[in-house]
Amino acid sequence: MSIILAVCQKELKDGLRNRWLLGVSLIFALLAVGLAYFGAAASGRVGFTSLSTTVVSLASLAVFIIPLIALMLAYDSLVGEEENGTLLLLLSYPLARWQLLLGKLMGHGTLLALATLLGFGAAAVILGLLNDSVSWAELLPAFGLFILSAILLGWIFIAFSYLISTSVQEKSKAAGLALVLWFLFVLAFDLGLLGLLVATEGDLDAQLFPYLLLLNPTDIFRLIHISYFAEEQLSGLMAIAQHVRLGTVALFAALVFWLVVPVLLALWRFNRRKI
Amino acid sequence: MHIVELDRIEKRYRDVEALRGVDLRLQAGEVLGLFGHNGAGKTTTIKLILGLIEPSAGQVRVFGKTPGTAGARELRRHIGFLQENVSFYDQLTGEEVLNYFARLKGASRQQSRALLEQVGLDHARRRRVKGYSKGMRQRLGLAQALLGQPRLLLLDEPTVGLDPIATGDFYQHLALLKQQGCTVILCSHVLPGVEKYIDRALILGKGRVLAQGSLEQLRQQAALPLSLSLRGASGPLPAPWGEYASPGSDNVTRLQIPLEQKMACLRQLMSLPGLEDLEIQPPALEALYRHFIGEVH
Repeated sequence: MSIILAVCQKELKDGLRNRWLLGVSLIFALLAVGLAYFGAAASGRVGFTSLSTTVVSLASLAVFIIPLIALMLAYDSLVGEEENGTLLLLLSYPLARWQLLLGKLMGHGTLLALATLLGFGAAAVILGLLNDSVSWAELLPAFGLFILSAILLGWIFIAFSYLISTSVQEKSKAAGLALVLWFLFVLAFDLGLLGLLVATEGDLDAQLFPYLLLLNPTDIFRLIHISYFAEEQLSGLMAIAQHVRLGTVALFAALVFWLVVPVLLALWRFNRRKI
Repeated sequence: MHIVELDRIEKRYRDVEALRGVDLRLQAGEVLGLFGHNGAGKTTTIKLILGLIEPSAGQVRVFGKTPGTAGARELRRHIGFLQENVSFYDQLTGEEVLNYFARLKGASRQQSRALLEQVGLDHARRRRVKGYSKGMRQRLGLAQALLGQPRLLLLDEPTVGLDPIATGDFYQHLALLKQQGCTVILCSHVLPGVEKYIDRALILGKGRVLAQGSLEQLRQQAALPLSLSLRGASGPLPAPWGEYASPGSDNVTRLQIPLEQKMACLRQLMSLPGLEDLEIQPPALEALYRHFIGEVH
Protein backbone atom coordinates (compact mmCIF):
# COMPACT_ATOMS: atom_id res chain seq x y z
CA MET A 1 0.00 0.00 0.00
CA SER A 2 2.79 2.43 0.85
CA ILE A 3 4.25 1.84 -2.63
CA ILE A 4 0.93 2.71 -4.27
CA LEU A 5 0.76 5.84 -2.14
CA ALA A 6 4.30 6.83 -3.10
CA VAL A 7 3.41 6.60 -6.80
CA CYS A 8 0.14 8.44 -6.19
CA GLN A 9 1.87 11.27 -4.33
CA LYS A 10 4.44 11.68 -7.07
CA GLU A 11 1.67 12.04 -9.68
CA LEU A 12 -0.07 14.62 -7.48
CA LYS A 13 3.12 16.59 -7.03
CA ASP A 14 3.66 16.56 -10.79
CA GLY A 15 0.15 17.88 -11.38
CA LEU A 16 0.50 20.64 -8.81
CA ARG A 17 3.92 21.62 -10.07
CA ASN A 18 2.92 22.17 -13.68
CA ARG A 19 -0.13 24.16 -12.52
CA TRP A 20 -2.51 21.69 -14.08
CA LEU A 21 -4.74 21.68 -11.02
CA LEU A 22 -4.92 25.46 -10.84
CA GLY A 23 -5.68 25.84 -14.53
CA VAL A 24 -8.41 23.23 -14.68
CA SER A 25 -10.07 24.44 -11.45
CA LEU A 26 -10.22 27.94 -12.90
CA ILE A 27 -11.75 26.68 -16.14
CA PHE A 28 -14.43 24.81 -14.22
CA ALA A 29 -15.25 27.76 -11.97
CA LEU A 30 -15.46 30.25 -14.85
CA LEU A 31 -17.61 27.86 -16.82
CA ALA A 32 -20.07 27.37 -13.98
CA VAL A 33 -20.36 31.02 -13.00
CA GLY A 34 -20.55 32.12 -16.63
CA LEU A 35 -23.29 29.64 -17.41
CA ALA A 36 -25.24 30.66 -14.35
CA TYR A 37 -25.04 34.31 -15.31
CA PHE A 38 -25.49 34.12 -19.07
CA GLY A 39 -27.52 30.93 -19.14
CA ALA A 40 -30.72 32.85 -19.84
CA ALA A 41 -29.22 35.01 -22.57
CA ALA A 42 -31.28 33.11 -25.13
CA SER A 43 -34.45 34.35 -23.52
CA GLY A 44 -33.25 37.91 -23.81
CA ARG A 45 -31.84 38.74 -20.42
CA VAL A 46 -28.72 38.22 -18.40
CA GLY A 47 -28.48 37.56 -14.70
CA PHE A 48 -28.72 34.49 -12.57
CA THR A 49 -31.38 32.05 -13.69
CA SER A 50 -32.95 29.19 -11.83
CA LEU A 51 -30.80 26.59 -10.21
CA SER A 52 -32.19 23.75 -12.27
CA THR A 53 -31.49 25.50 -15.57
CA THR A 54 -27.99 26.24 -14.41
CA VAL A 55 -27.19 22.70 -13.34
CA VAL A 56 -28.76 21.01 -16.35
CA SER A 57 -26.96 23.29 -18.79
CA LEU A 58 -23.80 22.87 -16.77
CA ALA A 59 -24.21 19.11 -17.11
CA SER A 60 -24.58 19.37 -20.89
CA LEU A 61 -21.40 21.39 -21.09
CA ALA A 62 -19.52 19.25 -18.58
CA VAL A 63 -20.28 16.24 -20.72
CA PHE A 64 -18.08 17.74 -23.42
CA ILE A 65 -15.30 19.18 -21.37
CA ILE A 66 -14.72 16.75 -18.49
CA PRO A 67 -14.01 13.70 -20.69
CA LEU A 68 -11.70 15.82 -22.82
CA ILE A 69 -9.75 17.10 -19.82
CA ALA A 70 -9.53 13.63 -18.28
CA LEU A 71 -8.25 12.15 -21.53
CA MET A 72 -5.72 14.94 -21.92
CA LEU A 73 -4.51 14.48 -18.36
CA ALA A 74 -3.78 10.79 -18.56
CA TYR A 75 -3.50 9.59 -22.17
CA ASP A 76 0.31 9.44 -21.97
CA SER A 77 0.48 8.18 -18.39
CA LEU A 78 2.21 4.92 -19.26
CA VAL A 79 3.26 5.28 -22.86
CA GLY A 80 4.88 8.61 -21.93
CA GLU A 81 6.90 7.01 -19.14
CA GLU A 82 7.91 4.31 -21.57
CA GLU A 83 9.19 6.90 -24.05
CA ASN A 84 11.13 8.63 -21.27
CA GLY A 85 12.68 5.36 -20.17
CA THR A 86 11.36 5.67 -16.63
CA LEU A 87 8.90 2.80 -17.12
CA LEU A 88 11.73 0.35 -17.74
CA LEU A 89 13.49 1.72 -14.68
CA LEU A 90 10.40 1.52 -12.47
CA LEU A 91 9.75 -2.06 -13.48
CA SER A 92 13.25 -2.99 -12.32
CA TYR A 93 12.21 -1.77 -8.86
CA PRO A 94 10.54 -3.96 -6.26
CA LEU A 95 7.02 -3.00 -7.23
CA ALA A 96 4.42 -4.96 -9.16
CA ARG A 97 2.90 -3.61 -12.33
CA TRP A 98 -0.56 -3.37 -10.81
CA GLN A 99 0.84 -1.29 -7.97
CA LEU A 100 2.37 1.16 -10.42
CA LEU A 101 -0.79 1.40 -12.48
CA LEU A 102 -3.12 1.79 -9.52
CA GLY A 103 -0.84 4.36 -7.89
CA LYS A 104 -0.73 6.50 -11.00
CA LEU A 105 -4.45 6.09 -11.53
CA MET A 106 -5.14 7.21 -7.97
CA GLY A 107 -2.86 10.21 -8.38
CA HIS A 108 -4.56 11.35 -11.57
CA GLY A 109 -7.97 10.58 -10.10
CA THR A 110 -7.26 12.69 -7.03
CA LEU A 111 -6.04 15.56 -9.18
CA LEU A 112 -9.16 15.60 -11.31
CA ALA A 113 -11.42 15.19 -8.27
CA LEU A 114 -9.70 18.13 -6.59
CA ALA A 115 -10.04 20.30 -9.68
CA THR A 116 -13.74 19.40 -9.98
CA LEU A 117 -14.39 20.05 -6.31
CA LEU A 118 -12.46 23.32 -6.23
CA GLY A 119 -13.78 24.65 -9.52
CA PHE A 120 -17.45 23.79 -9.24
CA GLY A 121 -17.40 24.18 -5.45
CA ALA A 122 -16.14 27.75 -5.81
CA ALA A 123 -18.83 28.37 -8.40
CA ALA A 124 -21.51 27.07 -6.03
CA VAL A 125 -20.31 29.38 -3.30
CA ILE A 126 -20.30 32.38 -5.65
CA LEU A 127 -23.82 31.54 -6.83
CA GLY A 128 -25.03 31.16 -3.28
CA LEU A 129 -23.61 34.51 -2.28
CA LEU A 130 -24.74 36.54 -5.28
CA ASN A 131 -28.09 34.99 -5.99
CA ASP A 132 -30.77 35.71 -3.41
CA SER A 133 -33.45 33.66 -5.09
CA VAL A 134 -31.68 30.35 -4.42
CA SER A 135 -31.39 29.03 -0.90
CA TRP A 136 -28.33 27.15 0.28
CA ALA A 137 -30.56 24.20 1.12
CA GLU A 138 -31.42 23.86 -2.57
CA LEU A 139 -28.02 24.76 -3.91
CA LEU A 140 -25.77 22.49 -1.91
CA PRO A 141 -27.39 19.11 -2.63
CA ALA A 142 -27.78 19.99 -6.31
CA PHE A 143 -24.14 20.98 -6.67
CA GLY A 144 -23.05 18.14 -4.41
CA LEU A 145 -24.70 15.64 -6.72
CA PHE A 146 -23.31 17.43 -9.74
CA ILE A 147 -19.75 17.41 -8.39
CA LEU A 148 -19.95 13.78 -7.33
CA SER A 149 -21.20 12.62 -10.70
CA ALA A 150 -18.73 14.87 -12.52
CA ILE A 151 -15.87 13.31 -10.56
CA LEU A 152 -17.08 9.84 -11.49
CA LEU A 153 -17.38 10.84 -15.14
CA GLY A 154 -13.83 12.20 -15.04
CA TRP A 155 -12.53 9.01 -13.44
CA ILE A 156 -14.21 6.89 -16.10
CA PHE A 157 -12.37 8.77 -18.82
CA ILE A 158 -9.11 8.64 -16.88
CA ALA A 159 -9.58 4.88 -16.77
CA PHE A 160 -10.16 4.91 -20.53
CA SER A 161 -6.93 6.89 -20.94
CA TYR A 162 -5.05 4.23 -19.04
CA LEU A 163 -6.56 1.55 -21.21
CA ILE A 164 -5.38 3.47 -24.27
CA SER A 165 -1.98 4.14 -22.73
CA THR A 166 -1.40 0.45 -22.01
CA SER A 167 -2.51 -0.59 -25.48
CA VAL A 168 -0.32 1.49 -27.79
CA GLN A 169 3.40 1.93 -28.27
CA GLU A 170 3.59 5.64 -29.11
CA LYS A 171 2.41 8.78 -27.44
CA SER A 172 1.05 10.24 -30.68
CA LYS A 173 -1.10 7.16 -31.25
CA ALA A 174 -2.42 7.42 -27.70
CA ALA A 175 -3.39 11.04 -28.31
CA GLY A 176 -5.17 10.12 -31.52
CA LEU A 177 -7.05 7.26 -29.93
CA ALA A 178 -8.08 9.48 -27.02
CA LEU A 179 -9.63 11.95 -29.44
CA VAL A 180 -11.42 9.18 -31.31
CA LEU A 181 -12.80 7.85 -28.05
CA TRP A 182 -13.99 11.30 -27.03
CA PHE A 183 -15.65 11.79 -30.37
CA LEU A 184 -17.37 8.39 -30.17
CA PHE A 185 -18.81 8.77 -26.70
CA VAL A 186 -19.53 12.48 -26.64
CA LEU A 187 -20.75 13.13 -30.18
CA ALA A 188 -21.16 10.08 -32.35
CA PHE A 189 -23.06 7.83 -29.98
CA ASP A 190 -26.01 10.18 -29.51
CA LEU A 191 -26.11 10.99 -33.20
CA GLY A 192 -26.10 7.32 -34.04
CA LEU A 193 -28.87 6.61 -31.60
CA LEU A 194 -30.98 9.47 -32.90
CA GLY A 195 -30.32 8.29 -36.43
CA LEU A 196 -31.47 4.82 -35.48
CA LEU A 197 -34.61 6.25 -34.02
CA VAL A 198 -35.39 8.29 -37.10
CA ALA A 199 -34.54 5.47 -39.49
CA THR A 200 -36.89 3.10 -37.69
CA GLU A 201 -39.46 5.88 -37.53
CA GLY A 202 -39.70 5.52 -33.81
CA ASP A 203 -40.45 1.84 -34.16
CA LEU A 204 -37.76 0.98 -31.63
CA ASP A 205 -39.09 -0.50 -28.45
CA ALA A 206 -39.79 2.48 -26.24
CA GLN A 207 -39.00 0.40 -23.18
CA LEU A 208 -35.65 -0.75 -24.54
CA PHE A 209 -34.50 2.59 -25.79
CA PRO A 210 -33.53 4.31 -22.54
CA TYR A 211 -31.45 1.32 -21.59
CA LEU A 212 -29.37 1.83 -24.71
CA LEU A 213 -28.29 5.08 -23.14
CA LEU A 214 -26.61 3.07 -20.39
CA LEU A 215 -24.08 2.02 -23.04
CA ASN A 216 -22.62 5.50 -22.90
CA PRO A 217 -21.29 6.87 -19.60
CA THR A 218 -21.76 10.48 -20.71
CA ASP A 219 -25.47 9.81 -21.24
CA ILE A 220 -25.71 8.20 -17.81
CA PHE A 221 -24.18 11.34 -16.38
CA ARG A 222 -26.82 13.49 -18.07
CA LEU A 223 -29.62 11.14 -17.02
CA ILE A 224 -28.60 11.63 -13.39
CA HIS A 225 -29.24 15.34 -13.66
CA ILE A 226 -32.44 14.95 -15.58
CA SER A 227 -33.83 12.56 -13.06
CA TYR A 228 -32.92 15.05 -10.36
CA PHE A 229 -34.47 18.08 -12.06
CA ALA A 230 -37.40 16.34 -13.66
CA GLU A 231 -39.40 19.46 -14.34
CA GLU A 232 -36.89 20.85 -16.85
CA GLN A 233 -37.74 21.28 -20.50
CA LEU A 234 -35.66 18.81 -22.38
CA SER A 235 -34.83 18.25 -25.98
CA GLY A 236 -33.24 15.50 -28.02
CA LEU A 237 -32.51 12.09 -26.69
CA MET A 238 -32.92 13.06 -23.09
CA ALA A 239 -36.55 13.93 -23.63
CA ILE A 240 -37.25 10.45 -24.91
CA ALA A 241 -35.49 8.84 -22.03
CA GLN A 242 -37.33 10.96 -19.54
CA HIS A 243 -40.30 8.76 -19.03
CA VAL A 244 -38.29 5.75 -18.02
CA ARG A 245 -37.14 6.43 -14.55
CA LEU A 246 -33.90 4.88 -13.53
CA GLY A 247 -33.19 5.78 -9.95
CA THR A 248 -30.24 7.98 -9.13
CA VAL A 249 -28.62 5.13 -7.24
CA ALA A 250 -28.97 2.78 -10.20
CA LEU A 251 -27.45 5.39 -12.48
CA PHE A 252 -24.53 5.88 -10.11
CA ALA A 253 -24.06 2.13 -10.01
CA ALA A 254 -23.94 2.15 -13.81
CA LEU A 255 -21.22 4.82 -13.70
CA VAL A 256 -19.21 2.78 -11.20
CA PHE A 257 -19.51 -0.21 -13.53
CA TRP A 258 -18.16 1.96 -16.35
CA LEU A 259 -15.24 2.89 -14.09
CA VAL A 260 -14.34 -0.60 -12.91
CA VAL A 261 -14.38 -2.29 -16.32
CA PRO A 262 -11.72 -0.13 -18.05
CA VAL A 263 -9.56 -0.19 -14.92
CA LEU A 264 -9.61 -3.99 -14.93
CA LEU A 265 -8.96 -4.10 -18.66
CA ALA A 266 -6.04 -1.67 -18.29
CA LEU A 267 -4.55 -3.80 -15.50
CA TRP A 268 -4.88 -6.90 -17.63
CA ARG A 269 -3.30 -5.27 -20.67
CA PHE A 270 -0.48 -3.71 -18.67
CA ASN A 271 0.37 -7.08 -17.15
CA ARG A 272 0.68 -8.64 -20.55
CA ARG A 273 2.51 -5.73 -22.11
CA LYS A 274 5.94 -6.41 -23.57
CA ILE A 275 8.55 -4.00 -22.34
CA MET B 1 25.75 -19.61 -5.21
CA HIS B 2 26.06 -17.64 -8.43
CA ILE B 3 24.62 -14.16 -8.41
CA VAL B 4 23.65 -14.38 -12.06
CA GLU B 5 23.21 -17.60 -13.96
CA LEU B 6 22.20 -17.79 -17.60
CA ASP B 7 21.85 -21.30 -18.89
CA ARG B 8 21.65 -21.90 -22.65
CA ILE B 9 19.44 -18.90 -23.17
CA GLU B 10 17.51 -18.46 -26.37
CA LYS B 11 15.34 -15.46 -27.00
CA ARG B 12 13.24 -15.00 -30.10
CA TYR B 13 11.03 -12.08 -30.93
CA ARG B 14 8.52 -12.85 -33.62
CA ASP B 15 10.91 -13.01 -36.57
CA VAL B 16 14.16 -11.98 -34.91
CA GLU B 17 16.49 -14.25 -33.04
CA ALA B 18 17.82 -11.93 -30.35
CA LEU B 19 19.91 -14.40 -28.36
CA ARG B 20 21.16 -17.89 -29.04
CA GLY B 21 22.96 -20.22 -26.69
CA VAL B 22 24.10 -17.68 -24.14
CA ASP B 23 25.73 -19.03 -20.99
CA LEU B 24 26.93 -16.83 -18.18
CA ARG B 25 27.81 -17.31 -14.54
CA LEU B 26 28.76 -14.45 -12.28
CA GLN B 27 30.12 -14.67 -8.74
CA ALA B 28 29.73 -12.12 -6.00
CA GLY B 29 32.15 -9.24 -6.47
CA GLU B 30 32.80 -9.85 -10.15
CA VAL B 31 32.72 -7.05 -12.70
CA LEU B 32 31.66 -8.14 -16.17
CA GLY B 33 32.01 -6.01 -19.27
CA LEU B 34 29.21 -6.74 -21.71
CA PHE B 35 30.15 -5.67 -25.21
CA GLY B 36 28.76 -5.93 -28.69
CA HIS B 37 27.63 -3.95 -31.68
CA ASN B 38 24.26 -2.23 -31.69
CA GLY B 39 21.57 -4.88 -31.72
CA ALA B 40 23.94 -7.63 -30.59
CA GLY B 41 21.65 -8.58 -27.71
CA LYS B 42 23.06 -6.62 -24.77
CA THR B 43 19.78 -4.97 -23.85
CA THR B 44 17.91 -8.25 -24.26
CA THR B 45 20.40 -9.90 -21.90
CA ILE B 46 19.91 -7.15 -19.32
CA LYS B 47 16.13 -7.32 -19.60
CA LEU B 48 16.30 -11.08 -19.07
CA ILE B 49 18.36 -10.62 -15.92
CA LEU B 50 15.94 -7.98 -14.67
CA GLY B 51 13.06 -10.36 -15.33
CA LEU B 52 11.31 -7.92 -17.64
CA ILE B 53 11.17 -10.54 -20.37
CA GLU B 54 11.27 -14.32 -20.33
CA PRO B 55 13.64 -16.47 -22.33
CA SER B 56 12.21 -18.56 -25.17
CA ALA B 57 14.38 -21.42 -23.94
CA GLY B 58 16.93 -21.95 -21.21
CA GLN B 59 16.99 -20.73 -17.67
CA VAL B 60 17.75 -17.43 -15.96
CA ARG B 61 18.55 -17.31 -12.27
CA VAL B 62 19.39 -14.22 -10.27
CA PHE B 63 20.28 -14.66 -6.58
CA GLY B 64 19.17 -18.25 -7.14
CA LYS B 65 15.63 -17.37 -8.18
CA THR B 66 13.83 -16.88 -11.45
CA PRO B 67 13.59 -13.11 -11.89
CA GLY B 68 10.25 -11.60 -12.77
CA THR B 69 8.26 -13.98 -10.60
CA ALA B 70 6.37 -12.56 -7.65
CA GLY B 71 8.68 -14.42 -5.28
CA ALA B 72 11.73 -12.65 -6.70
CA ARG B 73 10.23 -9.17 -6.47
CA GLU B 74 11.70 -8.43 -3.06
CA LEU B 75 15.14 -9.37 -4.38
CA ARG B 76 14.95 -6.46 -6.80
CA ARG B 77 15.64 -4.27 -3.78
CA HIS B 78 19.25 -5.43 -4.21
CA ILE B 79 19.45 -4.68 -7.90
CA GLY B 80 20.57 -1.33 -9.23
CA PHE B 81 19.89 -0.54 -12.85
CA LEU B 82 20.60 2.35 -15.17
CA GLN B 83 19.81 2.24 -18.84
CA GLU B 84 20.86 4.63 -21.53
CA ASN B 85 18.90 7.83 -22.11
CA VAL B 86 16.56 8.09 -19.19
CA SER B 87 14.85 11.41 -18.84
CA PHE B 88 13.46 11.85 -15.38
CA TYR B 89 10.40 13.82 -14.37
CA ASP B 90 11.07 17.34 -15.58
CA GLN B 91 8.75 19.10 -13.17
CA LEU B 92 10.27 17.61 -10.04
CA THR B 93 13.54 18.62 -8.41
CA GLY B 94 16.51 16.28 -8.34
CA GLU B 95 15.91 15.64 -4.67
CA GLU B 96 12.24 14.83 -5.20
CA VAL B 97 13.04 12.41 -8.00
CA LEU B 98 15.62 10.56 -5.94
CA ASN B 99 13.37 10.49 -2.87
CA TYR B 100 10.62 8.99 -5.00
CA PHE B 101 12.87 6.19 -6.20
CA ALA B 102 14.25 5.74 -2.67
CA ARG B 103 10.73 5.25 -1.36
CA LEU B 104 9.95 2.66 -4.00
CA LYS B 105 13.12 0.79 -3.14
CA GLY B 106 12.71 1.10 0.61
CA ALA B 107 15.86 3.20 0.99
CA SER B 108 16.08 6.06 3.45
CA ARG B 109 15.96 9.78 2.70
CA GLN B 110 19.32 10.11 4.41
CA GLN B 111 20.84 7.75 1.89
CA SER B 112 19.25 9.60 -0.97
CA ARG B 113 20.69 12.85 0.36
CA ALA B 114 24.11 11.28 0.81
CA LEU B 115 24.04 9.91 -2.73
CA LEU B 116 23.16 13.33 -4.16
CA GLU B 117 26.22 14.66 -2.42
CA GLN B 118 28.32 11.79 -3.61
CA VAL B 119 27.45 12.26 -7.28
CA GLY B 120 27.98 16.02 -6.94
CA LEU B 121 24.38 17.16 -7.26
CA ASP B 122 24.02 18.58 -3.77
CA HIS B 123 24.09 22.18 -4.97
CA ALA B 124 21.39 21.50 -7.59
CA ARG B 125 19.13 19.29 -5.52
CA ARG B 126 16.36 21.89 -5.26
CA ARG B 127 16.36 22.71 -8.94
CA ARG B 128 13.96 21.14 -11.36
CA VAL B 129 15.34 18.32 -13.48
CA LYS B 130 14.10 20.26 -16.52
CA GLY B 131 17.10 22.58 -16.21
CA TYR B 132 19.66 19.81 -15.68
CA SER B 133 22.43 19.24 -18.19
CA LYS B 134 22.99 15.82 -19.73
CA GLY B 135 25.80 15.12 -17.29
CA MET B 136 23.67 16.09 -14.31
CA ARG B 137 20.86 13.82 -15.46
CA GLN B 138 23.36 11.02 -15.78
CA ARG B 139 24.57 11.66 -12.22
CA LEU B 140 21.00 11.51 -11.01
CA GLY B 141 20.59 8.22 -12.85
CA LEU B 142 23.69 6.81 -11.18
CA ALA B 143 22.53 7.95 -7.74
CA GLN B 144 19.25 6.16 -8.41
CA ALA B 145 21.05 2.92 -9.31
CA LEU B 146 23.12 3.05 -6.12
CA LEU B 147 20.08 3.35 -3.80
CA GLY B 148 19.67 0.65 -1.21
CA GLN B 149 22.48 -1.84 -0.77
CA PRO B 150 22.91 -3.07 -4.31
CA ARG B 151 24.32 -6.56 -4.67
CA LEU B 152 23.95 -6.52 -8.42
CA LEU B 153 24.41 -3.47 -10.63
CA LEU B 154 23.45 -3.37 -14.29
CA LEU B 155 24.82 -0.24 -15.89
CA ASP B 156 24.48 0.76 -19.52
CA GLU B 157 26.98 3.45 -20.51
CA PRO B 158 27.24 4.70 -16.92
CA THR B 159 29.75 7.45 -17.58
CA VAL B 160 28.36 8.98 -20.75
CA GLY B 161 28.27 12.75 -20.38
CA LEU B 162 30.38 12.73 -17.21
CA ASP B 163 33.57 14.77 -16.95
CA PRO B 164 36.84 12.89 -16.30
CA ILE B 165 36.84 13.67 -12.57
CA ALA B 166 33.28 12.46 -12.10
CA THR B 167 34.09 9.37 -14.16
CA GLY B 168 37.07 8.66 -11.93
CA ASP B 169 34.98 9.15 -8.78
CA PHE B 170 32.35 6.81 -10.14
CA TYR B 171 34.78 3.99 -10.85
CA GLN B 172 36.34 4.49 -7.44
CA HIS B 173 32.97 4.01 -5.85
CA LEU B 174 32.36 0.98 -8.01
CA ALA B 175 35.61 -0.53 -6.76
CA LEU B 176 34.41 0.00 -3.20
CA LEU B 177 31.11 -1.73 -3.92
CA LYS B 178 32.98 -4.57 -5.59
CA GLN B 179 35.03 -5.02 -2.44
CA GLN B 180 31.83 -5.31 -0.49
CA GLY B 181 30.79 -8.14 -2.79
CA CYS B 182 28.62 -6.29 -5.28
CA THR B 183 28.46 -7.84 -8.74
CA VAL B 184 28.51 -5.43 -11.67
CA ILE B 185 27.58 -5.74 -15.33
CA LEU B 186 28.91 -2.84 -17.38
CA CYS B 187 27.85 -2.13 -20.94
CA SER B 188 29.86 0.42 -22.82
CA HIS B 189 31.17 1.31 -26.23
CA VAL B 190 34.08 3.26 -24.72
CA LEU B 191 36.30 0.21 -24.40
CA PRO B 192 39.53 1.89 -23.25
CA GLY B 193 37.51 3.55 -20.49
CA VAL B 194 36.26 0.34 -18.88
CA GLU B 195 39.20 -1.92 -19.67
CA LYS B 196 40.95 -1.53 -16.31
CA TYR B 197 37.83 -1.99 -14.23
CA ILE B 198 36.47 -5.26 -15.53
CA ASP B 199 37.38 -8.75 -14.41
CA ARG B 200 35.80 -10.44 -17.35
CA ALA B 201 34.39 -9.59 -20.73
CA LEU B 202 31.50 -11.07 -22.65
CA ILE B 203 31.42 -10.14 -26.31
CA LEU B 204 28.15 -10.63 -28.12
CA GLY B 205 27.61 -10.54 -31.85
CA LYS B 206 24.31 -11.15 -33.58
CA GLY B 207 22.88 -12.74 -30.47
CA ARG B 208 25.70 -15.20 -29.89
CA VAL B 209 28.58 -15.27 -27.47
CA LEU B 210 31.69 -14.53 -29.53
CA ALA B 211 34.07 -14.64 -26.62
CA GLN B 212 33.97 -14.81 -22.87
CA GLY B 213 36.65 -14.72 -20.22
CA SER B 214 39.21 -12.58 -18.48
CA LEU B 215 41.28 -10.25 -20.66
CA GLU B 216 44.19 -12.67 -20.29
CA GLN B 217 42.10 -15.56 -21.55
CA LEU B 218 40.78 -13.49 -24.44
CA ARG B 219 44.34 -12.56 -25.41
CA GLN B 220 45.37 -16.20 -25.43
CA GLN B 221 42.36 -17.05 -27.51
CA ALA B 222 42.78 -14.23 -29.99
CA ALA B 223 46.56 -14.71 -30.27
CA LEU B 224 47.05 -11.12 -31.30
CA PRO B 225 50.63 -9.88 -31.41
CA LEU B 226 52.25 -8.07 -28.54
CA SER B 227 53.58 -4.57 -29.20
CA LEU B 228 57.00 -3.59 -27.91
CA SER B 229 58.78 -0.30 -28.26
CA LEU B 230 62.49 -0.06 -27.65
CA ARG B 231 64.29 3.14 -27.07
CA GLY B 232 68.01 3.62 -27.43
CA ALA B 233 68.90 0.24 -28.92
CA SER B 234 71.34 0.81 -31.72
CA GLY B 235 72.20 -1.55 -34.51
CA PRO B 236 70.16 -4.37 -36.03
CA LEU B 237 68.05 -6.55 -33.79
CA PRO B 238 69.16 -10.15 -33.28
CA ALA B 239 67.43 -12.75 -35.42
CA PRO B 240 64.59 -13.56 -35.69
CA TRP B 241 63.26 -10.37 -34.14
CA GLY B 242 64.46 -8.17 -36.96
CA GLU B 243 61.62 -9.25 -39.24
CA TYR B 244 58.96 -8.22 -36.68
CA ALA B 245 60.34 -4.72 -36.40
CA SER B 246 58.98 -1.63 -38.04
CA PRO B 247 60.89 1.63 -38.00
CA GLY B 248 59.65 4.10 -35.42
CA SER B 249 60.45 7.74 -34.98
CA ASP B 250 63.84 8.89 -33.68
CA ASN B 251 65.66 6.31 -31.67
CA VAL B 252 62.55 4.16 -31.12
CA THR B 253 62.01 0.75 -32.67
CA ARG B 254 58.60 -0.91 -32.65
CA LEU B 255 58.06 -4.64 -32.67
CA GLN B 256 54.99 -6.80 -33.05
CA ILE B 257 55.74 -10.27 -31.79
CA PRO B 258 53.58 -13.36 -31.30
CA LEU B 259 52.28 -13.60 -27.77
CA GLU B 260 53.81 -16.97 -26.97
CA GLN B 261 57.32 -15.74 -27.76
CA LYS B 262 57.12 -12.89 -25.31
CA MET B 263 59.57 -14.18 -22.73
CA ALA B 264 62.09 -15.50 -25.22
CA CYS B 265 62.09 -12.19 -27.01
CA LEU B 266 62.32 -10.12 -23.86
CA ARG B 267 65.33 -12.05 -22.56
CA GLN B 268 67.26 -11.35 -25.73
CA LEU B 269 66.20 -7.75 -26.06
CA MET B 270 67.13 -6.95 -22.47
CA SER B 271 70.75 -7.65 -23.23
CA LEU B 272 70.90 -5.27 -26.20
CA PRO B 273 73.60 -2.67 -25.80
CA GLY B 274 72.39 0.88 -25.25
CA LEU B 275 68.78 -0.06 -24.47
CA GLU B 276 67.27 2.77 -22.41
CA ASP B 277 63.65 1.82 -22.18
CA LEU B 278 61.39 -1.05 -23.12
CA GLU B 279 57.62 -0.69 -23.22
CA ILE B 280 55.31 -3.68 -23.50
CA GLN B 281 51.79 -3.28 -24.71
CA PRO B 282 49.51 -6.27 -24.65
CA PRO B 283 46.65 -6.04 -27.15
CA ALA B 284 44.07 -3.66 -25.80
CA LEU B 285 40.44 -4.60 -25.23
CA GLU B 286 39.54 -2.63 -28.30
CA ALA B 287 41.86 -4.72 -30.48
CA LEU B 288 40.44 -7.92 -28.96
CA TYR B 289 36.92 -6.68 -29.55
CA ARG B 290 37.70 -5.91 -33.17
CA HIS B 291 39.25 -9.32 -33.55
CA PHE B 292 36.24 -11.24 -32.20
CA ILE B 293 33.62 -9.05 -33.85
CA GLY B 294 35.55 -9.36 -37.10
CA GLU B 295 34.96 -13.09 -37.10
CA VAL B 296 31.26 -12.69 -37.69
CA HIS B 297 31.39 -9.73 -40.03
